[in-house]
Amino acid sequence: MNPEVIETNLDDYKKLVESSKSDGFEMMVDLTAVDWFRKKEPRFEIIVQLLSTIHNVRKTIKVFVNDEDLTIPSITDVYPSANFYEREVYDMFGIIFSDHPDLTRILMPDDWQGYPLRKNYGSGRIPVQFKNAPKVD
Amino acid sequence: MKSKDTRKTGFDKFKNILDFWATNSEEGGWNISSTDEGSQKMLEDESEKQVKIQMGSDVVDDFVIDEDTSDDERMIVNMGPQHPSTHGVLRLQAELEGEVVRRVKPIIGYLHTGMEKTGEELNYFQGPTNTTRMDYLSPLFNELVFSLTTEKLIGIEVPERAKTIRILMTELNRISSHLVALATGGMDIGALSMMIFGFRERELILNFFEKTTGLRMNHNYIRPGGVAADLPDGWQKDVKEILKVIPEKLQDYDDMLLDNPIWKGRLQNVGILTTEECFAYGITGPSLRASGYEWDLRKSQPYSGIENYDFEIPVLKEGDVFARWRVKVLEIFESLKIVEQAMEKMPKGPYKVQDKKITPPPRKRLDESMEALIHHFKIYTEGFKVPEGDAYVAIESPRGELGCYIVSDGSSKPYRMHVRGPSFCNLQALPVIMTDSPIADAVAAIASLDPVIGDVDR
Repeated sequence: MNPEVIETNLDDYKKLVESSKSDGFEMMVDLTAVDWFRKKEPRFEIIVQLLSTIHNVRKTIKVFVNDEDLTIPSITDVYPSANFYEREVYDMFGIIFSDHPDLTRILMPDDWQGYPLRKNYGSGRIPVQFKNAPKVD
Repeated sequence: MKSKDTRKTGFDKFKNILDFWATNSEEGGWNISSTDEGSQKMLEDESEKQVKIQMGSDVVDDFVIDEDTSDDERMIVNMGPQHPSTHGVLRLQAELEGEVVRRVKPIIGYLHTGMEKTGEELNYFQGPTNTTRMDYLSPLFNELVFSLTTEKLIGIEVPERAKTIRILMTELNRISSHLVALATGGMDIGALSMMIFGFRERELILNFFEKTTGLRMNHNYIRPGGVAADLPDGWQKDVKEILKVIPEKLQDYDDMLLDNPIWKGRLQNVGILTTEECFAYGITGPSLRASGYEWDLRKSQPYSGIENYDFEIPVLKEGDVFARWRVKVLEIFESLKIVEQAMEKMPKGPYKVQDKKITPPPRKRLDESMEALIHHFKIYTEGFKVPEGDAYVAIESPRGELGCYIVSDGSSKPYRMHVRGPSFCNLQALPVIMTDSPIADAVAAIASLDPVIGDVDR
């Protein structure tokens, strides 16, 4: 089954999510981002997957984030399940979710530099050195 | 000086108790007055101070019990990341007040290996090798969801036999995954026999997987376009053996645990999750069904023709750890039904699509046909190209909704590959379950959510 895809802008994003919740989409199942580096402007796109178990339908919300401040409102207060997903997107893409209760790195170490899932971040570019690890000469 | 005396009294009393047990006196009760002067005095004069002195509790005079627990009494305890009952490298930061957990924060990422980044560098043909290593207890589901998403982007339909093999294998995988959940759950709570039992029965299924796919785990068996190989000769015999043995063993588990007062006492009314909490935290799978809500993607949004099978969805309404355990046991019975039907209706025909641009030709054809050799070479070097677009496909894994989101830019590698792991989402409920419950229930709560850290960290 194909979900209904809604492309929205940053200003209406939060309102759309809130109205979706009152329309019966009681679950937010996934939130992720895509880096359209040098392919699209603006660069980062957020994709939210909503699920309504009562109506048995899915809905996909797509929204682009401004390149200047890379900030998007958090939807954690509407869907608490967005908490980990927004932290993951912050960790991997460096997108800031305003009003998120605890926006810290979730998968990478706290002192990690850079955002691994960005397209200009080469895999295997940085040798992994964990903090306090004994130095090998 | 006083403390010295009381210490002696206390010791004498203790010694007398030892003597009492050693001589197996039949005087009954704890009446040891006839031999112990100290305790005789204690019984005569029951003023609080006297009792304290005689019990030896005045010896330590620098320990003050404050009636109101202050913030100083709160203690932060780290559980993990190396802990046998956290099912991998999960770390929990728990704030304790005495025996009660007041706050808890799961800290993850210790097994993060950047699989989504790796997925952007492997082509679609190699993709299942990567995704199968995410949820290592249900690898075939990960392969299936990746393959289904790729097939949706290309717009192909796999043959009937491939679909039936996929259903057969994934439902067997569901049984083996639930058996591990029951086994490790039992181990965490102290039912060590359950651990031995669960892993023993799982071995039967893993042997069948090894025979079919070549590997016990991380199979890379289900691929875009079908499956990697046909079922081996005499596979019905092995499946019949599984269908015969597993129900008998499940009966053993029920005999051992279902009416076991210790098991019920540890699990019932512990770690309750309501349906509303499940919705709020995006919890799916057995945990949602144990909270009284009937939701299973196999029924509501079926994939690979699973709507043609006859099975039930077990739903319990309690929402506690016991219900989550029970739902998993009942689901094994339903999966056995599906496996039996898949075995009986297994259609003849190809086990992968006959489009040579997508699936490699059989090995024999390479010696005869130039085209087959070219297709083989193209698939194994460049891979096949997938049209531009994006797709999200979700299936019902043993832990809940397993989704895969792929963005294609028209090349042979995914532009973005994201896997929505159910364990990652289910872990968010851990603070809800554990807050304001005894520390002893924490382990039961973690086990009931059945998190697989490979799926959490990816």
